[in-house]
Amino acid sequence: MLTFMASDSEEEVCDERTSLMSAESPTPRSCQEGRPGPEDGESAAPWRGQDGEEDHEEDPDHYVCSGVPGRPPGLEEELTLKYGAKHVIMLFVPVTLCMIVVVATIKSVRFYTEKNGQLIYTPFTEDTPSVGQRLLNSVLNTLIMISVIVVMTIFLVLLYKYRCYKFIHGWLIMSSLMLLFLFSYIYLGEVLKTYNVAMDYPTLFLTVWNFGAVGMVCIHWKGPLVLQQAYLIMISALMALVFIKYLPEWSAWVILGAISVYAAMVWTVGMAKLDPSSQGALQLPYDPEMEEDSYDSFGEPSYPEVCEPPLPGYPGEELEEEEERGVKLGLGDFIFYSVLVGKAAATGSGDWNTTLACFVAILIGLCLTLLLLAVFKKALPALPISITFGLVFYFSTDNLVRPFMDTLAFHQLYI
Amino acid sequence: LAGTITENKDGPVQKYLLMFGVLVSVFIQEVFRFGYYKILKKASEGLKNISADETALSMRLLAYVSGLGFGIMSGVFSFVNTLSDSLGPGTVGIHGDSPQFFLVSAFMTLVIIMLHLFWGIVFFDGCEKKKWYALLLVLLTHLLVSTLTFINPHYGISLVSAYIIMVLMGIWAFFAAGGSCRSLKLCLLCQDKDFLLFSQRSR
Repeated sequence: MLTFMASDSEEEVCDERTSLMSAESPTPRSCQEGRPGPEDGESAAPWRGQDGEEDHEEDPDHYVCSGVPGRPPGLEEELTLKYGAKHVIMLFVPVTLCMIVVVATIKSVRFYTEKNGQLIYTPFTEDTPSVGQRLLNSVLNTLIMISVIVVMTIFLVLLYKYRCYKFIHGWLIMSSLMLLFLFSYIYLGEVLKTYNVAMDYPTLFLTVWNFGAVGMVCIHWKGPLVLQQAYLIMISALMALVFIKYLPEWSAWVILGAISVYAAMVWTVGMAKLDPSSQGALQLPYDPEMEEDSYDSFGEPSYPEVCEPPLPGYPGEELEEEEERGVKLGLGDFIFYSVLVGKAAATGSGDWNTTLACFVAILIGLCLTLLLLAVFKKALPALPISITFGLVFYFSTDNLVRPFMDTLAFHQLYI
Repeated sequence: LAGTITENKDGPVQKYLLMFGVLVSVFIQEVFRFGYYKILKKASEGLKNISADETALSMRLLAYVSGLGFGIMSGVFSFVNTLSDSLGPGTVGIHGDSPQFFLVSAFMTLVIIMLHLFWGIVFFDGCEKKKWYALLLVLLTHLLVSTLTFINPHYGISLVSAYIIMVLMGIWAFFAAGGSCRSLKLCLLCQDKDFLLFSQRSR
């Protein structure tokens, strides 16, 4: 039961278009730029937001804003570059917080490192006698996972295209409900078990209810910015923990690798297809009815934000998009970064060096991606570079650096 | 190398391999420090554009930051596993080793972090002013501190000399970063106009 729901929600939550906005107050602007939302838009309207809603009304504005007449192009470029470094740092904080939560949980709560079954998306077991068989099973698991992601993505795009916005709304609400109530209930239960703290049902009910209800309000309606960001970090961490628990070891690594390759491929294809001549053809029709529905919910002008993208498989998915004011990073990216670091913490024989090396690698990758973003001025996938660095650092640190550092620490030698 | 070290149970051979590994690591660190200087030098124009503040990023600031970064990573990698083990159950020195293992590791880590900081400042200053003897001295003192740790657990010599080297490097770095006896005096007596407590000094 849990397995099924877990796998179910992993799709849903990744479609959730919630945003994390920074506390910085923007200078007043005439056009309202990308409010929360679309992480994905490579630059094209159609892909902005599977979550229909606010995207469309922004799009014309977005295009208008980015080419605001009267603003000298040189100044714009300088402004973009200038905002680059500050927003890199602003992105570091939520990413680091999410990773800290995941690593702290992995290191203390035994539940998330125990093997207790697998998701239905990874049916092949890794308890095989031979290495070759295990490798084969993990590759097959990855293929199944990626194809599920592709199918779900196509499904969501079709829903968006045929304007089944209510369905998408409902799906988002269901997934956030499940994350905020069920998964946090389980998490709380496991934490209490670990520390052997007794809690009676009324208190538990009150706690979970308040947590979940405030979360729903913050995410889907209005709420203080910091609280909204905190909730998004928490649900990313919960999702990452589910992945860490239910993905078998080798499959997890292969899946991480495959997803970053996939994101890079999709982005390349998307870039190739999105040349100016085909721009018009790819635009989905502007939908006025969605406009007034969503505008009030996210009325603030754009801040640096983090929005939830659907799982990859979709041109422009975990994409970052730089606007005049800030950078957006998808929640799917948060989740996969945390999965990588969490797996490093869980499986690296309790070694902190490996965990730290992966953490630093991911941050470096994020920096590089943002640098490329400033250079290319187009949305970019955030996963490939960071995950590649993370994987490289994980395997090299675990196999080469760890034995060496252990021996050094044992003999109290310092380099 | 790592594999050979861990598999090889032969005492002296393991020790020699370890020494070789330590020396190579020190060389690699200094080479990367130099490489980092080169990259920062090339990128300092671009960094000036990116930084939102009006104050330009000086090479001295970058030297401090790079030294601090090296120090933190080095310290963390050396010490965090020991720290996490210290939280668990156990008795220190039950097999005849020194009971001050944790304390000495902690102090040694501290001195290494500070040393990297000062080495960074001195190194970058040497590169800027083309004083190549500074680079050589940094490399030599680094090698010295690392090889001195080979005589652990005779902590007296290694720890104390590491601290002495740290103080000396600190003084060198202070002068390399532009300090002087006069500015130090002004600072300590709260007469320096740029210093925080300037307005609080007693009249």
